[in-house]
Amino acid sequence: MALCGGADRGSHSMDKSITLPPDEIFRNLENAKRFAIDIGGSLTKLAYYSTVQHQVAKVRSFDHSAKETDGDPLYEISVQEEITARLHFIKFENAYIETCLDFIKDHLVNTETKVIKATGGGAHKFKDLIEKKLKLKVDKEDEMTCLIKGCNFVLKNIPHEAFVYAKHADSEFRFQNTHPDIFPYMLINIGSGVSIVKVEAEDKFERIGGSSIGGGTFWGLGALLTKTKRFDELLQLASKGQHTNVDMLVKDIYGGAYGSLGLTGDLIASSFGKSATTDKEFSKEDMAKSLLHMISNDIGQLACLYAKLHNLTRVYFGGFFIRGHPVTMHTITYSINFFTKGEVQALFLRHEGYLGAIGAFLKGAEEDNPNQYSWEENYAGSSGLMSVSPELNPVQRARSGTFDMLEMDRLERQLVNLPLLQDATSYIPDTVDLTEDALAREYWLYCFEEALDGVVKRAIASQKDQPEAVERAEKFRQKYRHKLQTLRHQPFAYGSLTVRSLLDTREHCLNEFNFPDPYSKIKQKENDMALKYYLKVVKSVEELSWEQRQFTLAKGLLAGNVFDWGAKAVSDVLESDPEFGFEQAKQQLQERPWLVDAYNQWIERLKGPPHKCALFFVDNSGIDIILGVFPFIRELLIRGTEVVLASNSGPALNDVTNSELQILTERIAAMDPVIHAALREDRLALVQNGSSSPCLDLSRLDKVLATVIRERGTDLVIIEGMGRAIHTNYYAMLSCESLKLAVIKNSWLAERLGGKIFSVVFKYEVPSKAQEQH
Amino acid sequence: MSEWMNRTEKLIGSLRVQLTGEAHSLSVYRFLVNDIMELNGFHCDGEGCAEEKEEEPPALMLPRSKTETPCSLIATPGADSEAAGGSALREQRVSKSTPVMLRLDSLKKNRPPFPWFGMDIGGTLVKLVYFEPKDITAEEEQEEVESLKSIRRYLTSHTAYGKTGIRDVHLELSDLILWGRKGNLHFIRFPTHELPAFLLMGRDKHFSSLHTTLCATGGGAFKYEDDFRTMANLQLLKLDELDCLIKGVMYIYSVVSSGPPECYYFEHPTDPERCEQKAYNLEDPYPLLLVNIGSGVSILAVYSKDNYKRVTGTSLGGGTFLGLCCLLTGCSTFEEALAMATEGESTCVDKLVRDIYGGDYERFGLPGWAVASSFGNMICKEKRDSVSKEDLARATLVTITNNIGSITRMCALNENIERVVFVGNFLRVNTLSMKLLSYALDYWSKGQLKALFLRHEGYFGAVGALLELPNPS
Repeated sequence: MALCGGADRGSHSMDKSITLPPDEIFRNLENAKRFAIDIGGSLTKLAYYSTVQHQVAKVRSFDHSAKETDGDPLYEISVQEEITARLHFIKFENAYIETCLDFIKDHLVNTETKVIKATGGGAHKFKDLIEKKLKLKVDKEDEMTCLIKGCNFVLKNIPHEAFVYAKHADSEFRFQNTHPDIFPYMLINIGSGVSIVKVEAEDKFERIGGSSIGGGTFWGLGALLTKTKRFDELLQLASKGQHTNVDMLVKDIYGGAYGSLGLTGDLIASSFGKSATTDKEFSKEDMAKSLLHMISNDIGQLACLYAKLHNLTRVYFGGFFIRGHPVTMHTITYSINFFTKGEVQALFLRHEGYLGAIGAFLKGAEEDNPNQYSWEENYAGSSGLMSVSPELNPVQRARSGTFDMLEMDRLERQLVNLPLLQDATSYIPDTVDLTEDALAREYWLYCFEEALDGVVKRAIASQKDQPEAVERAEKFRQKYRHKLQTLRHQPFAYGSLTVRSLLDTREHCLNEFNFPDPYSKIKQKENDMALKYYLKVVKSVEELSWEQRQFTLAKGLLAGNVFDWGAKAVSDVLESDPEFGFEQAKQQLQERPWLVDAYNQWIERLKGPPHKCALFFVDNSGIDIILGVFPFIRELLIRGTEVVLASNSGPALNDVTNSELQILTERIAAMDPVIHAALREDRLALVQNGSSSPCLDLSRLDKVLATVIRERGTDLVIIEGMGRAIHTNYYAMLSCESLKLAVIKNSWLAERLGGKIFSVVFKYEVPSKAQEQH
Repeated sequence: MSEWMNRTEKLIGSLRVQLTGEAHSLSVYRFLVNDIMELNGFHCDGEGCAEEKEEEPPALMLPRSKTETPCSLIATPGADSEAAGGSALREQRVSKSTPVMLRLDSLKKNRPPFPWFGMDIGGTLVKLVYFEPKDITAEEEQEEVESLKSIRRYLTSHTAYGKTGIRDVHLELSDLILWGRKGNLHFIRFPTHELPAFLLMGRDKHFSSLHTTLCATGGGAFKYEDDFRTMANLQLLKLDELDCLIKGVMYIYSVVSSGPPECYYFEHPTDPERCEQKAYNLEDPYPLLLVNIGSGVSILAVYSKDNYKRVTGTSLGGGTFLGLCCLLTGCSTFEEALAMATEGESTCVDKLVRDIYGGDYERFGLPGWAVASSFGNMICKEKRDSVSKEDLARATLVTITNNIGSITRMCALNENIERVVFVGNFLRVNTLSMKLLSYALDYWSKGQLKALFLRHEGYFGAVGALLELPNPS
């Protein structure tokens, strides 16, 4: 995909002596630490681990004890260089292997390693070439072991890795939730032959069976029958053929269905059965199609027999026969459906082609304990799932698929499920799947494209002192626009398309061009301003009666949430009228009854005993956190409820980060004895959530946060803001009480939910007793 | 044992009493006899049946050898109308205190009129069994209409019909007693695409004037029903092919007692030097996995004579072998394809484990000789150019056969059945496949599974259809 920029460039890439654009592929090669290579029959997959140096925004508190002037900002922002670990995977045709090795040799500055882990059937063929070019010793690893290791890795670290293929559905790809426990599963690798492997644990797997009728049979027999040499061309032929001209169907024997056995007339009774009974010529297309059906059905049948024998229900398919080909995914899916009567679903993997390379790499990196970390797909540096329209001719396919990339960032923290999810296996963070909802997809893609200019402007403004920021911002614009365009045509490219993935992709792209925190200065300014009003707000609330106070606090929380630079409507207002204040925001709010209004139930609950511990997923900096959240949790603390404020680990839009929140809390504590005491007595804790997203995935939270939640006996979860409570988690079922609060700052979304802009969602949920026990 | 055998012989008269060399235990006979009795309406599970049993003459009650079977057939009330043991008709057969002679008369009266045919119209071949009565009296001979005589003479005096019809003389069962008549059972086959010619012949020979029922099974019984009526004025009795298959297997096994054993296996299948065909004693046959390899393949788990299920099937069967061979080699018949396969070598067509790993893939216990990818070497142009037609035919045969073996083995494991009987015309004159199946089942199951074969491999459906003849409903 990286090379499909223009027609001439595309044709150039067909030339085997291409010049590689170093900006786009083999990135960070100069810092590469370790290599692994998986050479298959036609594609090579190279893996390397490198460190990426990029800028991060850091905040540091000034020493305010010395002097306190009104004009001084609260804290200082500095940009620091940080080094993070990244895994790069590049897939290209074997034809380019020499060019690529030369390129690597030229760009490899210094690497500690002396070996390259290698796997795949072609590893021995290119061993000498690799050793000669790279001066690295080729260390061969068992193919199957690598495959399984790679499979475990992607299943654990990439949400929406697995998908079900449905040819005729609105969205061909239906992505599966990552099951917290990925084991046991069955992997059916369809290479030249078929291997059926049962995987029970990280290091426990067994080849339980196989078949010699596989991809090699399709290719070899297909080449004999049709005189067509290339695998892709054979698939292309097959997609145009009519197997009923070659196969003997049940109706050819019975005249109709074989009713008593429930065999329909269209079922194949004998593959190629018609070519034995007539002398006529058969078309290449028809024979290829018949062959495809024969092989797919046979593999599907064996898969089902093995799944039944070993009592396995999760069945993943991989190997070059599958590798993103809609034709084979469809026939395999059909076969599995037929033989299991729908009890088992055929699952495919987004990064199936990389499994061997990932596994070989992990084998070589065992001393670094890569499995100890959580990893995240970097949307900016990954190609995503290719468009695999069967109408595309093989030459086009080959061209667009010349270089495919996957990048995985190592996260500093290990991520786990929120322990308070009612059912972690069925939890889906996102409220709307834009892959399936075409109307919503149209809208949001348009919305993000519209907002792009503003984001670029903000990015440049955040780095006024750096003249080359303009150029970088422009590159960011191109990259993100290209992503949006890709997603318009291939909404399935990175798993289910959601508002969250669109936001995350934007963050990844901003980071890619060293705009680690475009909102840092705005956040700083807002925080400064809001702090000045804190005591005033707290005092005004204290004067109210209990009932009035609770309502004012809830309203304040919602009003604070109106201040959100992420929402286009609000950023428009804020840009044109910076005086838009807290009180005005309150007036903008919808009058009760709200769009979703469970306030009465909430107030009834507050009349009861206090909660033990409230977990609050906070949203924006400034007015939201300081004038909305703090007065609210202050009341909870006074009631005797412990509070855990969970904030982002890294920056995203104007969301308050954990390091910013530390400083803010200190400052508030200095003014407010209630907060001060709570901090000192550890009744108020600030914990990072492990994320750098404006949305919230409760299945990928910082492990420390999960521990804190468990230890404190958390019995109330408050989720605030559009990103965390509407775009995600709106339907999340928790095993304790929860409040989901947001102001809908988007008229399209508000209308969809049956309201107007600035409609309020105040969702209070109590799990039923039965569910609690569950 | 010999004593009661003599007694039986006396009782029945000129019947073949040749037991196979194997020592049969009493239980074997009981099984076989019970089976045949049941097959012919002696299914004793109702109250009325128990009563009936008490009133049977002792000698007829417990016949103990295969040779007694015909006797029970003669003496069985209702046998004529209930050859299939159809449960709905079971009560009717009870006729208390009926003397044996009377029953014989009634049998004669209700016996289906000649000719006796059973037909199995498959996707590729039509299988026809014909019972030729040898005990025709002079009186009968006179009465016999010309068309019947002509059919009998035509079928029995030829071994080939037209260009493609063949009588498998070596399978003929002579001096068989069926519904009180003695005669020879003939086994005839012709390609399904010749069915119109067959129907025209039936018309020309005025088959319809005989007012006989034509029992037919296989898909063609359904597909060509109208053609039978319009072209030859014949009404078909359509029968389920799997019911017929199982009945046919059990019947033929029970009546074959002399000559080559009906059921056999290959001893030492993994050792080509010592591999040899041996008779198998199918005592207490259930549970049994029955694999019928015709154009396609059906796999049945049989738990008792009327309790079975179709476990699965595959479209990679005999039709696939022949179809692919025709396309790959330009041959046109199964015999040609098989002859080429016998000459060829599949290892240059297939990619073996050792081609990939240089030897065994020890980590997973895969021997180097195992096929890793069928036709896997054919992805390479040079290799495509260098293979012979014979090699391609051989590879096709090995691919289809191994695949059937593999699916069968998985079914056997899932159904927890250790004995597998392979039938169907794919195995006709196909020792290569039979040995391969024996080998594959033995090797991959580590000796747990046994592959069994039956001499009348492709004809059981037709036999099962014939047995339904007295059951015109």
